Amino acid sequence: MDQTILIDENGKRTDGRSSDDLRDIKITIGVLKNADGSASIEFGKNKIMVAVYGPREVHPKHMALPDRCVLRCRYHMSPFSTDTRKNPAPSRREVEISKVMREALEPAIMLEDYPRAAIDVFVEVLQADGGSRCAGIAAASVALADAGVNMKDLVSACAAGKINDKIVLDINDIEDKEGSADMPVAYLPNLEQITLLQLDGILDESQFNECLEKAIHGCKMVYEIQRKALIEKYFGNDLPEGEEKELEENKEN
Amino acid sequence: MLEIKKRYVIPGDVIIEGNYRPLMNVIKKDNFIIATRIGIAESSKDGIKVIPLSGVYIPRINDIVIGKIVDNSSLSWEVDINACFSAHLPAQDVFGRDFSPAKDDMKKRLAPGDLVTARIITFDRTRDPMLTIQEKDLGKISNGEFLKISSTRVPRLIGKRGSMIQTIEQATQTRILIGQNGILVITGKNDEGIALAFKAIKLVEEEAHTSNLTQKVKDLLNVSEEITQTETNNSSVNNEDYVNNSNPDNNSNNMENDNSSNINTESPKEVQPH
Repeated sequence: MDQTILIDENGKRTDGRSSDDLRDIKITIGVLKNADGSASIEFGKNKIMVAVYGPREVHPKHMALPDRCVLRCRYHMSPFSTDTRKNPAPSRREVEISKVMREALEPAIMLEDYPRAAIDVFVEVLQADGGSRCAGIAAASVALADAGVNMKDLVSACAAGKINDKIVLDINDIEDKEGSADMPVAYLPNLEQITLLQLDGILDESQFNECLEKAIHGCKMVYEIQRKALIEKYFGNDLPEGEEKELEENKEN
Repeated sequence: MLEIKKRYVIPGDVIIEGNYRPLMNVIKKDNFIIATRIGIAESSKDGIKVIPLSGVYIPRINDIVIGKIVDNSSLSWEVDINACFSAHLPAQDVFGRDFSPAKDDMKKRLAPGDLVTARIITFDRTRDPMLTIQEKDLGKISNGEFLKISSTRVPRLIGKRGSMIQTIEQATQTRILIGQNGILVITGKNDEGIALAFKAIKLVEEEAHTSNLTQKVKDLLNVSEEITQTETNNSSVNNEDYVNNSNPDNNSNNMENDNSSNINTESPKEVQPH
Protein backbone atom coordinates (compact mmCIF):
# COMPACT_ATOMS: atom_id res chain seq x y z
CA MET A 1 0.00 0.00 0.00
CA ASP A 2 2.88 2.34 0.76
CA GLN A 3 3.98 3.76 -2.55
CA THR A 4 6.18 6.47 -1.19
CA ILE A 5 9.55 5.34 0.07
CA LEU A 6 9.59 6.55 3.65
CA ILE A 7 12.74 4.68 4.63
CA ASP A 8 15.49 4.24 2.06
CA GLU A 9 17.96 1.37 1.78
CA ASN A 10 20.34 3.08 4.24
CA GLY A 11 17.63 3.27 6.88
CA LYS A 12 17.29 7.03 6.42
CA ARG A 13 13.90 8.72 6.45
CA THR A 14 12.59 11.38 4.06
CA ASP A 15 14.28 14.16 6.02
CA GLY A 16 17.51 12.22 6.53
CA ARG A 17 16.89 11.05 10.06
CA SER A 18 17.37 7.52 11.30
CA SER A 19 14.55 5.73 13.11
CA ASP A 20 15.55 6.96 16.57
CA ASP A 21 16.20 10.61 15.76
CA LEU A 22 14.15 13.58 16.86
CA ARG A 23 13.80 16.58 14.64
CA ASP A 24 15.73 19.68 15.71
CA ILE A 25 13.99 21.37 18.65
CA LYS A 26 14.48 24.93 19.74
CA ILE A 27 12.57 26.50 22.63
CA THR A 28 12.58 30.22 23.38
CA ILE A 29 11.01 31.47 26.60
CA GLY A 30 9.40 34.82 27.30
CA VAL A 31 8.57 35.75 23.72
CA LEU A 32 5.34 37.60 24.55
CA LYS A 33 5.53 40.65 26.76
CA ASN A 34 1.91 40.86 27.84
CA ALA A 35 1.48 37.22 28.81
CA ASP A 36 2.35 35.99 32.31
CA GLY A 37 4.33 33.19 30.73
CA SER A 38 5.16 32.39 27.14
CA ALA A 39 7.28 30.15 24.98
CA SER A 40 7.83 29.46 21.32
CA ILE A 41 8.97 26.13 20.01
CA GLU A 42 10.46 25.08 16.71
CA PHE A 43 9.96 21.35 16.41
CA GLY A 44 11.41 20.51 13.02
CA LYS A 45 9.29 22.60 10.68
CA ASN A 46 6.61 23.17 13.31
CA LYS A 47 6.53 26.69 14.66
CA ILE A 48 4.28 27.17 17.66
CA MET A 49 3.77 30.01 20.08
CA VAL A 50 2.21 29.54 23.51
CA ALA A 51 0.89 32.18 25.88
CA VAL A 52 -0.14 31.50 29.47
CA TYR A 53 -2.26 33.91 31.47
CA GLY A 54 -2.97 33.46 35.11
CA PRO A 55 -3.85 32.40 37.65
CA ARG A 56 -6.40 35.14 37.07
CA GLU A 57 -10.04 35.91 37.74
CA VAL A 58 -12.50 33.67 35.96
CA HIS A 59 -14.83 35.23 33.44
CA PRO A 60 -17.64 34.25 33.15
CA LYS A 61 -17.76 33.90 36.92
CA HIS A 62 -20.03 30.84 36.96
CA MET A 63 -17.19 28.78 35.49
CA ALA A 64 -15.11 29.16 38.64
CA LEU A 65 -14.71 26.11 40.86
CA PRO A 66 -14.72 26.55 44.63
CA ASP A 67 -11.96 24.04 45.35
CA ARG A 68 -9.58 24.36 42.45
CA CYS A 69 -8.46 26.32 39.46
CA VAL A 70 -9.94 25.90 36.00
CA LEU A 71 -7.47 25.22 33.22
CA ARG A 72 -8.57 26.43 29.82
CA CYS A 73 -6.68 25.47 26.71
CA ARG A 74 -7.03 26.68 23.17
CA TYR A 75 -5.18 25.02 20.35
CA HIS A 76 -5.47 26.96 17.15
CA MET A 77 -3.90 26.70 13.73
CA SER A 78 -3.28 29.90 11.86
CA PRO A 79 -4.82 30.07 8.38
CA PHE A 80 -1.31 30.27 6.91
CA SER A 81 0.09 27.32 8.87
CA THR A 82 -0.70 24.69 6.21
CA ASP A 83 -0.17 24.48 2.42
CA THR A 84 -3.81 25.14 1.62
CA ARG A 85 -5.45 27.87 3.64
CA LYS A 86 -7.06 26.63 6.80
CA ASN A 87 -10.35 28.14 7.85
CA PRO A 88 -9.59 30.06 11.04
CA ALA A 89 -12.79 28.88 12.72
CA PRO A 90 -12.10 26.15 15.28
CA SER A 91 -12.46 22.81 13.53
CA ARG A 92 -13.51 19.49 15.03
CA ARG A 93 -9.85 18.52 15.18
CA GLU A 94 -8.80 21.68 17.01
CA VAL A 95 -11.53 21.33 19.60
CA GLU A 96 -10.38 17.78 20.24
CA ILE A 97 -6.71 18.73 20.51
CA SER A 98 -7.59 21.56 22.89
CA LYS A 99 -9.29 19.01 25.10
CA VAL A 100 -6.55 16.39 25.07
CA MET A 101 -3.96 19.09 25.61
CA ARG A 102 -5.80 20.32 28.69
CA GLU A 103 -6.01 16.77 29.99
CA ALA A 104 -2.32 16.23 29.31
CA LEU A 105 -1.32 19.34 31.25
CA GLU A 106 -3.82 19.10 34.14
CA PRO A 107 -2.09 16.29 36.08
CA ALA A 108 1.13 18.30 36.27
CA ILE A 109 -0.42 21.53 37.51
CA MET A 110 -1.32 21.93 41.18
CA LEU A 111 -4.76 23.30 40.42
CA GLU A 112 -5.89 23.04 44.05
CA ASP A 113 -3.40 25.80 44.92
CA TYR A 114 -5.47 28.40 43.11
CA PRO A 115 -9.14 27.91 43.96
CA ARG A 116 -11.69 30.12 42.17
CA ALA A 117 -9.10 31.21 39.61
CA ALA A 118 -8.39 30.30 36.00
CA ILE A 119 -5.27 29.57 34.01
CA ASP A 120 -5.54 30.17 30.29
CA VAL A 121 -3.24 28.51 27.81
CA PHE A 122 -3.27 29.66 24.20
CA VAL A 123 -1.42 27.51 21.70
CA GLU A 124 -1.09 29.07 18.28
CA VAL A 125 0.38 26.99 15.48
CA LEU A 126 2.14 29.29 13.03
CA GLN A 127 3.54 26.55 10.83
CA ALA A 128 2.45 22.91 10.99
CA ASP A 129 4.46 19.85 10.06
CA GLY A 130 2.98 16.88 11.90
CA GLY A 131 3.24 16.30 15.64
CA SER A 132 2.05 19.78 16.45
CA ARG A 133 0.02 18.64 19.47
CA CYS A 134 3.16 17.17 21.04
CA ALA A 135 5.17 20.26 20.30
CA GLY A 136 2.32 22.37 21.65
CA ILE A 137 2.18 20.44 24.91
CA ALA A 138 5.95 20.65 25.39
CA ALA A 139 5.90 24.40 24.79
CA ALA A 140 2.81 24.92 26.95
CA SER A 141 4.40 23.24 29.94
CA VAL A 142 7.49 25.43 29.60
CA ALA A 143 5.27 28.52 29.33
CA LEU A 144 3.37 27.43 32.46
CA ALA A 145 6.64 27.11 34.35
CA ASP A 146 7.60 30.55 33.06
CA ALA A 147 4.31 31.93 34.35
CA GLY A 148 5.22 30.66 37.82
CA VAL A 149 2.32 28.23 38.15
CA ASN A 150 2.93 25.54 40.78
CA MET A 151 3.66 22.30 38.95
CA LYS A 152 4.52 18.81 40.11
CA ASP A 153 6.54 18.19 36.99
CA LEU A 154 7.10 19.46 33.48
CA VAL A 155 5.16 17.75 30.72
CA SER A 156 7.17 16.44 27.80
CA ALA A 157 5.59 15.11 24.66
CA CYS A 158 6.71 13.23 21.62
CA ALA A 159 5.16 10.96 19.02
CA ALA A 160 6.25 7.62 17.65
CA GLY A 161 4.70 5.62 14.85
CA LYS A 162 4.93 2.94 12.23
CA ILE A 163 6.13 3.59 8.71
CA ASN A 164 6.92 0.84 6.20
CA ASP A 165 6.34 -1.66 9.02
CA LYS A 166 9.08 -0.15 11.10
CA ILE A 167 8.59 1.68 14.42
CA VAL A 168 10.17 5.12 14.29
CA LEU A 169 10.39 8.13 16.58
CA ASP A 170 8.86 11.55 15.96
CA ILE A 171 6.61 11.26 12.94
CA ASN A 172 6.60 14.24 10.57
CA ASP A 173 3.85 15.36 8.23
CA ILE A 174 4.59 13.04 5.28
CA GLU A 175 5.14 10.06 7.55
CA ASP A 176 1.88 10.85 9.30
CA LYS A 177 -0.04 10.90 6.02
CA GLU A 178 1.69 7.99 4.26
CA GLY A 179 2.63 5.90 7.27
CA SER A 180 0.44 3.33 8.97
CA ALA A 181 0.38 4.44 12.64
CA ASP A 182 0.92 7.57 14.69
CA MET A 183 1.07 7.59 18.49
CA PRO A 184 1.44 10.89 20.35
CA VAL A 185 2.46 10.52 23.98
CA ALA A 186 2.76 13.12 26.76
CA TYR A 187 4.79 12.11 29.76
CA LEU A 188 5.80 13.41 33.17
CA PRO A 189 9.48 12.52 33.16
CA ASN A 190 10.16 12.74 36.89
CA LEU A 191 6.94 11.17 38.09
CA GLU A 192 7.06 8.63 35.23
CA GLN A 193 3.41 9.05 34.35
CA ILE A 194 1.73 9.13 30.96
CA THR A 195 -0.79 11.95 30.59
CA LEU A 196 -1.64 11.57 26.92
CA LEU A 197 -1.70 8.50 24.75
CA GLN A 198 -3.45 8.48 21.43
CA LEU A 199 -3.09 6.03 18.60
CA ASP A 200 -4.14 6.46 15.03
CA GLY A 201 -3.50 3.23 13.07
CA ILE A 202 -3.14 -0.44 13.82
CA LEU A 203 -0.32 -2.00 15.85
CA ASP A 204 -0.01 -5.47 17.30
CA GLU A 205 0.97 -5.92 20.91
CA SER A 206 4.72 -6.09 20.46
CA GLN A 207 4.66 -3.14 18.06
CA PHE A 208 2.56 -1.18 20.52
CA ASN A 209 5.02 -1.79 23.33
CA GLU A 210 7.97 -0.90 21.15
CA CYS A 211 6.21 2.23 19.94
CA LEU A 212 5.31 3.37 23.46
CA GLU A 213 8.81 2.73 24.72
CA LYS A 214 10.25 4.72 21.87
CA ALA A 215 7.84 7.60 22.43
CA ILE A 216 8.71 7.74 26.13
CA HIS A 217 12.38 7.74 25.25
CA GLY A 218 11.65 10.65 22.90
CA CYS A 219 9.80 12.47 25.70
CA LYS A 220 12.87 12.20 27.90
CA MET A 221 15.00 13.74 25.15
CA VAL A 222 12.45 16.56 24.77
CA TYR A 223 12.56 17.06 28.55
CA GLU A 224 16.29 17.71 28.45
CA ILE A 225 15.73 20.43 25.85
CA GLN A 226 12.89 21.99 27.88
CA ARG A 227 15.04 21.91 30.97
CA LYS A 228 17.99 23.50 29.24
CA ALA A 229 15.80 26.28 27.85
CA LEU A 230 14.40 27.09 31.30
CA ILE A 231 17.76 27.01 33.07
CA GLU A 232 19.31 29.19 30.40
CA LYS A 233 16.53 31.75 30.61
CA TYR A 234 16.49 32.01 34.38
CA PHE A 235 20.01 31.21 35.47
CA GLY A 236 22.00 32.30 32.43
CA ASN A 237 24.43 34.24 34.56
CA ASP A 238 25.57 32.54 37.68
CA LEU A 239 24.80 33.99 41.09
CA PRO A 240 27.72 34.21 43.44
CA GLU A 241 27.17 33.41 47.09
CA GLY A 242 25.72 36.01 49.39
CA GLU A 243 23.52 37.72 46.81
CA GLU A 244 20.68 35.29 47.01
CA LYS A 245 20.79 35.45 50.79
CA GLU A 246 19.32 38.92 50.47
CA LEU A 247 16.48 37.40 48.55
CA GLU A 248 15.84 34.84 51.19
CA GLU A 249 15.93 37.22 54.10
CA ASN A 250 13.40 39.49 52.55
CA LYS A 251 11.09 36.66 51.72
CA GLU A 252 11.00 35.70 55.36
CA ASN A 253 9.99 39.14 56.57
CA MET B 1 21.60 16.88 57.86
CA LEU B 2 22.42 17.72 54.29
CA GLU B 3 22.60 21.42 53.61
CA ILE B 4 21.29 22.84 50.38
CA LYS B 5 22.57 26.25 49.51
CA LYS B 6 21.20 28.01 46.44
CA ARG B 7 20.46 25.29 44.00
CA TYR B 8 18.69 26.19 40.79
CA VAL B 9 15.59 24.12 40.31
CA ILE B 10 12.73 23.84 37.84
CA PRO B 11 9.35 22.22 38.49
CA GLY B 12 9.68 18.49 39.03
CA ASP B 13 13.28 18.53 40.21
CA VAL B 14 14.03 16.33 43.19
CA ILE B 15 15.75 18.59 45.70
CA ILE B 16 16.60 16.00 48.32
CA GLU B 17 15.58 12.59 49.59
CA GLY B 18 14.80 12.11 53.24
CA ASN B 19 12.53 13.17 56.02
CA TYR B 20 12.49 16.94 55.58
CA ARG B 21 9.68 19.39 56.04
CA PRO B 22 8.35 21.03 52.87
CA LEU B 23 8.03 24.79 53.46
CA MET B 24 7.41 26.84 50.35
CA ASN B 25 6.91 25.89 46.71
CA VAL B 26 7.87 22.29 47.30
CA ILE B 27 5.88 19.09 47.67
CA LYS B 28 6.71 15.85 49.37
CA LYS B 29 6.23 12.65 47.46
CA ASP B 30 7.43 9.27 48.73
CA ASN B 31 10.17 10.77 50.88
CA PHE B 32 11.35 13.01 48.04
CA ILE B 33 11.16 16.78 48.21
CA ILE B 34 10.18 18.08 44.77
CA ALA B 35 10.28 21.68 43.57
CA THR B 36 7.12 23.14 42.06
CA ARG B 37 8.50 26.43 40.77
CA ILE B 38 11.50 27.78 38.93
CA GLY B 39 13.74 29.21 41.58
CA ILE B 40 16.46 28.78 44.12
CA ALA B 41 16.21 25.87 46.53
CA GLU B 42 17.42 26.25 50.07
CA SER B 43 17.34 24.27 53.25
CA SER B 44 17.14 25.59 56.77
CA LYS B 45 16.46 24.21 60.21
CA ASP B 46 12.72 24.28 59.55
CA GLY B 47 12.76 22.55 56.21
CA ILE B 48 13.21 22.95 52.48
CA LYS B 49 11.91 25.77 50.33
CA VAL B 50 12.21 27.27 46.88
CA ILE B 51 12.41 31.01 46.36
CA PRO B 52 10.47 31.53 43.13
CA LEU B 53 11.78 33.64 40.26
CA SER B 54 8.51 34.03 38.38
CA GLY B 55 4.82 34.15 39.07
CA VAL B 56 1.85 36.38 39.61
CA TYR B 57 1.01 37.85 43.01
CA ILE B 58 -1.01 35.64 45.34
CA PRO B 59 -2.37 37.59 48.35
CA ARG B 60 -1.13 36.74 51.83
CA ILE B 61 -2.43 37.95 55.16
CA ASN B 62 -0.56 41.00 56.50
CA ASP B 63 0.94 41.95 53.16
CA ILE B 64 1.06 45.68 52.54
CA VAL B 65 -0.22 46.23 49.03
CA ILE B 66 -0.95 49.16 46.79
CA GLY B 67 -4.31 48.89 45.12
CA LYS B 68 -6.57 50.85 42.84
CA ILE B 69 -10.16 51.56 43.74
CA VAL B 70 -12.25 50.06 40.95
CA ASP B 71 -15.79 50.44 42.17
CA ASN B 72 -17.87 50.69 45.29
CA SER B 73 -21.02 49.04 46.51
CA SER B 74 -23.06 50.57 49.30
CA LEU B 75 -20.93 48.83 51.94
CA SER B 76 -17.45 48.41 50.51
CA TRP B 77 -14.98 49.42 47.86
CA GLU B 78 -13.66 46.98 45.32
CA VAL B 79 -9.89 47.27 45.02
CA ASP B 80 -7.70 45.92 42.24
CA ILE B 81 -4.56 44.62 43.95
CA ASN B 82 -2.91 43.10 40.88
CA ALA B 83 -3.81 39.55 41.93
CA CYS B 84 -6.20 36.87 40.74
CA PHE B 85 -8.77 38.08 43.27
CA SER B 86 -10.11 41.58 43.69
CA ALA B 87 -9.96 42.82 47.27
CA HIS B 88 -12.65 44.50 49.36
CA LEU B 89 -12.23 47.49 51.61
CA PRO B 90 -15.20 47.77 53.95
CA ALA B 91 -16.74 51.23 54.33
CA GLN B 92 -16.72 50.90 58.11
CA ASP B 93 -12.95 50.75 57.95
CA VAL B 94 -12.85 54.30 56.62
CA PHE B 95 -15.96 55.91 58.17
CA GLY B 96 -15.93 54.15 61.51
CA ARG B 97 -18.56 52.01 63.17
CA ASP B 98 -21.39 54.51 62.75
CA PHE B 99 -21.15 54.40 58.97
CA SER B 100 -24.48 54.74 57.27
CA PRO B 101 -24.81 54.08 53.56
CA ALA B 102 -27.52 56.71 53.33
CA LYS B 103 -25.63 59.50 55.05
CA ASP B 104 -22.00 59.03 54.05
CA ASP B 105 -20.83 59.55 50.49
CA MET B 106 -18.24 56.89 49.82
CA LYS B 107 -17.10 58.41 46.54
CA LYS B 108 -16.03 61.55 48.39
CA ARG B 109 -13.49 59.64 50.43
CA LEU B 110 -12.22 57.21 47.80
CA ALA B 111 -13.29 57.50 44.21
CA PRO B 112 -12.70 54.92 41.48
CA GLY B 113 -9.17 55.39 40.20
CA ASP B 114 -7.67 56.38 43.55
CA LEU B 115 -4.62 54.50 44.74
CA VAL B 116 -4.43 53.28 48.33
CA THR B 117 -1.82 51.61 50.47
CA ALA B 118 -3.56 48.90 52.44
CA ARG B 119 -2.92 45.84 54.53
CA ILE B 120 -4.59 42.50 53.84
CA ILE B 121 -6.41 41.50 57.03
CA THR B 122 -8.15 38.33 55.94
CA PHE B 123 -7.76 36.00 53.04
CA ASP B 124 -8.38 32.27 53.12
CA ARG B 125 -8.92 31.20 49.50
CA THR B 126 -12.63 30.66 50.01
CA ARG B 127 -13.31 34.37 50.10
CA ASP B 128 -11.80 37.42 48.47
CA PRO B 129 -9.13 39.30 50.43
CA MET B 130 -10.25 42.02 52.84
CA LEU B 131 -8.24 45.19 53.32
CA THR B 132 -7.75 47.82 55.99
CA ILE B 133 -6.32 51.32 55.72
CA GLN B 134 -6.77 52.28 59.38
CA GLU B 135 -3.15 52.01 60.37
CA LYS B 136 -0.04 54.07 60.40
CA ASP B 137 1.33 54.62 56.86
CA LEU B 138 -1.80 53.33 55.16
CA GLY B 139 -4.41 55.21 53.18
CA LYS B 140 -4.87 57.15 50.01
CA ILE B 141 -1.83 58.05 47.93
CA SER B 142 -2.15 61.65 46.85
CA ASN B 143 0.52 61.94 44.17
CA GLY B 144 3.32 60.09 42.46
CA GLU B 145 4.31 58.05 39.46
CA PHE B 146 2.80 54.59 39.09
CA LEU B 147 4.94 51.59 38.19
CA LYS B 148 4.28 47.86 38.07
CA ILE B 149 6.93 45.18 38.49
CA SER B 150 6.76 41.43 39.04
CA SER B 151 5.93 40.68 42.67
CA THR B 152 8.76 38.13 42.81
CA ARG B 153 11.20 41.00 42.33
CA VAL B 154 9.95 43.02 45.31
CA PRO B 155 12.30 41.46 47.93
CA ARG B 156 15.23 42.06 45.64
CA LEU B 157 14.22 45.65 45.03
CA ILE B 158 14.08 46.31 48.76
CA GLY B 159 17.37 44.54 49.33
CA LYS B 160 18.95 43.47 52.56
CA ARG B 161 17.41 45.60 55.29
CA GLY B 162 16.22 48.06 52.66
CA SER B 163 19.70 48.63 51.25
CA MET B 164 18.76 48.59 47.58
CA ILE B 165 15.75 50.85 47.82
CA GLN B 166 17.62 53.22 50.10
CA THR B 167 20.42 53.50 47.56
CA ILE B 168 17.96 54.33 44.79
CA GLU B 169 15.96 56.78 46.89
CA GLN B 170 18.99 58.69 48.07
CA ALA B 171 20.72 58.86 44.71
CA THR B 172 17.63 60.02 42.85
CA GLN B 173 16.11 62.10 45.65
CA THR B 174 12.83 60.29 45.36
CA ARG B 175 10.58 58.38 47.67
CA ILE B 176 9.35 54.98 46.58
CA LEU B 177 6.32 53.30 48.07
CA ILE B 178 6.44 49.56 47.53
CA GLY B 179 3.50 47.18 47.68
CA GLN B 180 4.16 43.46 48.07
CA ASN B 181 1.96 43.01 45.01
CA GLY B 182 4.59 44.63 42.79
CA ILE B 183 2.97 48.04 42.48
CA LEU B 184 5.21 51.02 43.16
CA VAL B 185 4.52 54.71 43.52
CA ILE B 186 7.43 57.08 43.09
CA THR B 187 7.38 60.65 44.27
CA GLY B 188 10.22 63.07 43.85
CA LYS B 189 11.23 66.67 43.66
CA ASN B 190 12.22 66.67 40.01
CA ASP B 191 11.35 64.64 36.94
CA GLU B 192 14.96 63.68 36.25
CA GLY B 193 15.19 61.96 39.60
CA ILE B 194 11.97 60.06 38.99
CA ALA B 195 13.09 59.01 35.51
CA LEU B 196 16.38 57.78 36.94
CA ALA B 197 14.61 55.85 39.68
CA PHE B 198 12.42 54.27 36.99
CA LYS B 199 15.53 53.14 35.15
CA ALA B 200 17.12 51.72 38.28
CA ILE B 201 13.97 49.81 39.22
CA LYS B 202 13.69 48.39 35.71
CA LEU B 203 17.31 47.26 35.96
CA VAL B 204 16.60 45.50 39.24
CA GLU B 205 13.54 43.84 37.74
CA GLU B 206 15.33 42.59 34.65
CA GLU B 207 18.48 41.43 36.36
CA ALA B 208 17.12 40.33 39.72
CA HIS B 209 18.81 36.95 39.53
CA THR B 210 22.23 38.25 38.51
CA SER B 211 25.16 38.87 40.75
CA ASN B 212 26.47 42.12 42.08
CA LEU B 213 23.24 43.93 41.41
CA THR B 214 23.76 46.62 44.03
CA GLN B 215 26.98 47.65 42.29
CA LYS B 216 25.26 47.72 38.91
CA VAL B 217 22.56 49.97 40.29
CA LYS B 218 25.16 52.20 41.89
CA ASP B 219 26.98 52.44 38.57
CA LEU B 220 23.76 53.41 36.83
CA LEU B 221 23.02 56.06 39.41
CA ASN B 222 26.64 57.24 39.54
CA VAL B 223 27.01 56.93 43.29
CA SER B 224 30.11 56.17 45.24
CA GLU B 225 29.96 55.44 48.95
CA GLU B 226 31.00 58.99 49.78
CA ILE B 227 28.21 60.68 47.84
CA THR B 228 25.66 58.36 49.36
CA GLN B 229 26.56 59.72 52.74
CA THR B 230 26.14 63.38 51.82
CA GLU B 231 22.93 62.72 49.94
CA THR B 232 21.41 61.10 52.97
CA ASN B 233 21.48 64.46 54.65
CA ASN B 234 20.03 66.22 51.64
CA SER B 235 17.16 63.84 51.28
CA SER B 236 16.11 64.18 54.89
CA VAL B 237 15.79 67.91 54.33
CA ASN B 238 13.80 67.31 51.19
CA ASN B 239 11.50 64.98 52.96
CA GLU B 240 10.15 67.77 55.06
CA ASP B 241 9.17 69.60 51.90
CA TYR B 242 7.01 66.70 50.88
CA VAL B 243 5.21 66.68 54.16
CA ASN B 244 4.27 70.28 53.72
CA ASN B 245 3.08 69.60 50.20
CA SER B 246 0.42 67.21 51.30
CA ASN B 247 -3.07 68.35 50.60
CA PRO B 248 -4.91 69.64 53.69
CA ASP B 249 -8.26 68.51 52.26
CA ASN B 250 -7.29 64.93 52.69
CA ASN B 251 -7.74 65.09 56.49
CA SER B 252 -7.20 61.54 57.66
CA ASN B 253 -5.07 60.79 54.66
CA ASN B 254 -2.56 63.45 55.56
CA MET B 255 -1.32 61.13 58.18
CA GLU B 256 -0.32 58.64 55.57
CA ASN B 257 1.77 61.12 53.70
CA ASP B 258 3.65 62.29 56.76
CA ASN B 259 4.32 58.84 57.92
CA SER B 260 5.46 57.56 54.62
CA SER B 261 8.05 60.29 54.44
CA ASN B 262 9.32 59.49 57.90
CA ILE B 263 9.53 55.87 57.18
CA ASN B 264 11.39 56.28 54.02
CA THR B 265 14.10 58.42 55.52
CA GLU B 266 14.67 56.32 58.55
CA SER B 267 13.89 52.75 57.62
CA PRO B 268 12.22 52.01 54.33
CA LYS B 269 11.85 48.39 55.24
CA GLU B 270 8.90 49.25 57.43
CA VAL B 271 6.88 49.76 54.31
CA GLN B 272 6.97 46.07 53.77
CA PRO B 273 5.17 43.71 56.12
CA HIS B 274 6.66 41.29 58.55
